[in-house]
Amino acid sequence: MMGAREEILERITSALADEPAIPEVPRTYRRSADLSEQDIEEMLVERLEDYKAHVDVVTAAGLPGTIATLLKEASGYVVPHGLPEAWFDVDDLRVDDRRITDAPGHRLSVPELDALSSVVTSSTVSIAESATIVLDGSPDQGRRAISLVPDQHVCIVPASSIVQILPEAMSRLEITRPLTWISGPSATSDIELERVEGVHGPRRLDVVIVTDL
Amino acid sequence: MSAVFVGMPSLPAYGIGNLHATESFPDAAHHELANDQMRTNLRHATHSIRDKRLKVVGELPDWEDLRSAGSATKEAAMADLPALLEQFEANFTARGGIIHWARDAEEANRIVASLVREQDTEEVVKVKSMATEEIGLNDHLAAEGIEAFETDLAELIVQLGHDKPSHILVPAIHKNRSEVREIFLREMPDVDPELTDDPRQLAMAARAHLRRKFLSAKVAISGANFALADTGTLGVVESEGNGRMCLTLPQTLITVMGIEKLLPQADDLEVFMQLLPRSSTGERMNPYTSFWTGVTEDDGPQNVHLVMVDNGRTAALSDRYGRSALHCIRCSACMNVCPVYERTGGHAYGSTYPGPIGAILSPLMTGIKAEENNSLPYASSLCGACFDACPVKINIPEILVHLRGEDVDSRRGKPRMPSEMDLMMKGAQWAFSSGTHLNLLEKALPLGRLAAGRDKKIKRLPGRLAGGWTASRDIPAPPKKSFRDWWASEHDAGDTGTTKDGK
Ligand code: SF4
Repeated sequence: MMGAREEILERITSALADEPAIPEVPRTYRRSADLSEQDIEEMLVERLEDYKAHVDVVTAAGLPGTIATLLKEASGYVVPHGLPEAWFDVDDLRVDDRRITDAPGHRLSVPELDALSSVVTSSTVSIAESATIVLDGSPDQGRRAISLVPDQHVCIVPASSIVQILPEAMSRLEITRPLTWISGPSATSDIELERVEGVHGPRRLDVVIVTDL
Repeated sequence: MSAVFVGMPSLPAYGIGNLHATESFPDAAHHELANDQMRTNLRHATHSIRDKRLKVVGELPDWEDLRSAGSATKEAAMADLPALLEQFEANFTARGGIIHWARDAEEANRIVASLVREQDTEEVVKVKSMATEEIGLNDHLAAEGIEAFETDLAELIVQLGHDKPSHILVPAIHKNRSEVREIFLREMPDVDPELTDDPRQLAMAARAHLRRKFLSAKVAISGANFALADTGTLGVVESEGNGRMCLTLPQTLITVMGIEKLLPQADDLEVFMQLLPRSSTGERMNPYTSFWTGVTEDDGPQNVHLVMVDNGRTAALSDRYGRSALHCIRCSACMNVCPVYERTGGHAYGSTYPGPIGAILSPLMTGIKAEENNSLPYASSLCGACFDACPVKINIPEILVHLRGEDVDSRRGKPRMPSEMDLMMKGAQWAFSSGTHLNLLEKALPLGRLAAGRDKKIKRLPGRLAGGWTASRDIPAPPKKSFRDWWASEHDAGDTGTTKDGK
């Protein structure tokens, strides 16, 4: 008897016996930015806030202080092993026993992650038009689980990683890496369409845009 | 199909599972119409979502270009499907994923059940998936002693309420907040008895209820919105984070996907990730989207399976006038603009796929001769709103008319008592050949009135459409006004204009 794979492929070939043409895809949609860098950044901020994310815009010098403020109430936080040490170069964070690093060979278990209130990561690319931040599992962003289980996600967005529209972002993405596209905190509108922010993913998303990174 | 393909199956292989209406659309619609609560909720939902959609679609100056690109991409993918599937398989497999092929719902269910059993567990967490609803996976797993926990809030409400989804995007929209509260109080063992009907509190109750499951589950089951042939990547679009939980935490991930979800290349996402969220929830982007390519060492599930399901898709593909129904990206925009859906709700369509797309997809997948699905192509006033809303430009009205023709043809030459549908069609057949005469479909309604006696009750309908049913009770005669006439009298031009993307 023919295997399922062969049979399905044959069914498809047979279904396409009329040999439909493969059309050319018209790519007349926008593929590059038409706003200034300043406007793009403002668009990102405004639209992230629309999603009820909290946004800070700082310089690299101000970043450690901002992270310290955002983590003020954190009982414990996880960081991926590739996060720059310089981002914690401020009195409150330099030596901080609330901080736990997730590194190859020293992976936190799911219950361990569940016991932490917060996570700090960097990000790969951000799309202003849809206020979408992409994480790709690089050493400064970490495994998918670490940015998922803790309830507060502090996400650093270097200004140089911001684009205006999605097609511009594609060339910056390595699609075979595990990708998470984040547009605001988790949300549901399942009960009478009333939007509730924060269901299973982090309920609090704090974005820090760093203008000179 | 063609003599060139010697030895190939020449008859379409139709789908099974939750694709069939259990009763004809007119009958089902009849009692669903009596459900006032559902209709009120549904109207509120469809109108709110479509207003949001119009707003975010209006923001994009190149929306029509994106639609054209999306439509052509899907057409290209279907025309080149065998090559793309093989390319996808090679890439997905090269990165440690395992692919299984399933001819139909039963085979898919069997495969999933045995994969779950291999992991020595009797529980799985699930992220909302149309494909698994279509194949009736949860029931099959239950019969095998495996409990499947739906983790999408709406699916959880439906599952705990022992109910059926009524809308593909907001499946529990027919339940109001106090009904949801009652379900939670009744079905969640450790829920706070002080739970109010505030949606935030209800969502937090669901969070607490599911959290333990997420953190301990060994196996997750998902669907997929996209499969990228040139990289072997799968993607899931969601809102609540339950998808990320399922796709990230368990060691084993089993994805069930129809073979039509293929996109030729990763860059096609730049089109579809603009089209889908805006058309679906009316957001610029959905909160979370996950992509994975086979297994990533040290990150996420280490046993990654994909079950690729036919279940009638090749039958739909073999219909050259109907195959574009397979372009559907399940956004639900066509439902939200459909005047018929708004009044009857999703349950009336019987199949997993309701609304305008369901009215064409279900009969294409099961065959127009399938019991009761032949009435679905008539569940439309052919107003065209669905076509205008569809992000991949599926010409639903045209396919509806085509399927009505198929239905009429399939009845021809069969000597039997004429059914109500036959009588209607006899008068209407010629009308479908001309767009200007489409009104005639509803003009056929008065035939039903003729069948009714003076007391305005139809005592007995001939044929299979309602024959058995009217034998035991009377049904009211159809209204004097046709749907289209009624619609015209109820709506001024400005109102109907809102379905045309405001352009
Ligand atoms: S047919 Fe078009 S509008 Fe309807 S659900 Fe599918 S993609 Fe969306």
